[in-house]
Amino acid sequence: MVYVTRIEHFNAAHKLFNPKWTKEQNEAVFGRCANENWHGHNFSLHVTIKGHPDPDTGFVYDVKKLSIIIQEHIIDKLDHRNLNLDVPFMAGKMCSIENLVIAIWDELVPHLPEGVQLHCLKLTETPKIYVEYFGGK
Amino acid sequence: MPQPVLAVFRKEHFNAAHRLNNPAWDAEKNAQVFGKCNYPHYHGHNYELIVKLIGEVDPGTGYVYDMKLLSDLIKAEVIDRFDHRNLSLDVAEFTDINPTAENIAVVIYTILRAKIESRFKLQIRLYETERNFTEYPVDPA
Repeated sequence: MVYVTRIEHFNAAHKLFNPKWTKEQNEAVFGRCANENWHGHNFSLHVTIKGHPDPDTGFVYDVKKLSIIIQEHIIDKLDHRNLNLDVPFMAGKMCSIENLVIAIWDELVPHLPEGVQLHCLKLTETPKIYVEYFGGK
Repeated sequence: MPQPVLAVFRKEHFNAAHRLNNPAWDAEKNAQVFGKCNYPHYHGHNYELIVKLIGEVDPGTGYVYDMKLLSDLIKAEVIDRFDHRNLSLDVAEFTDINPTAENIAVVIYTILRAKIESRFKLQIRLYETERNFTEYPVDPA
């Protein structure tokens, strides 16, 4: 079994803010991340698939094709967007990277060709903060 | 005996939202010129700021500049005002100018230049992404 990773990037605004709480409660829990006028990050998304190299191509899957799928179904919806306001698959969810990585997984999997197995998504918010998700609930 | 002249650098970070928009232009022209950067609900970046100071080594301390003091200065004057903010909405200096990497670098230079003694030359390098960055002034001053 070989694991193959494609890295993509998107730049987006967001805020951490629970509408059920007061502004003071949000600031107490989320600190600066609750700034009402948003802040933003350079996110990077590592998409790891797994499989056996095809005997004819030597590929687990053509990473150029994988890149196009990620671009079309994920990056185009997130890049230069406001994650709280502009992204249908984040509607009604708290806009943490934990929730975002799960939503990206659920959004991406149906668009992967049969036989391409998603192993892990790694979502980096800053050089010091990232999450990994291996699917499953 | 003249003291050696060196450059010292301090790196800091801030994460902020912004949007590029020229209010003198209509929506169509803004979209055409600024593309995705003009999307109405803002986007954001992890900015990396490198402050370069050039000066003589102080014979007493062996320092060009105390890096803790430089870090405290940058934090108080820049990071505390820019980090987790919307540069387009929350930072007064960008009320009338676009918060491009170029303009942010000029603004940071102006802020820090006023706080650092004139015997030191100063230059700002600002990364908007790992691949896009700018320097001001071109020759440290």
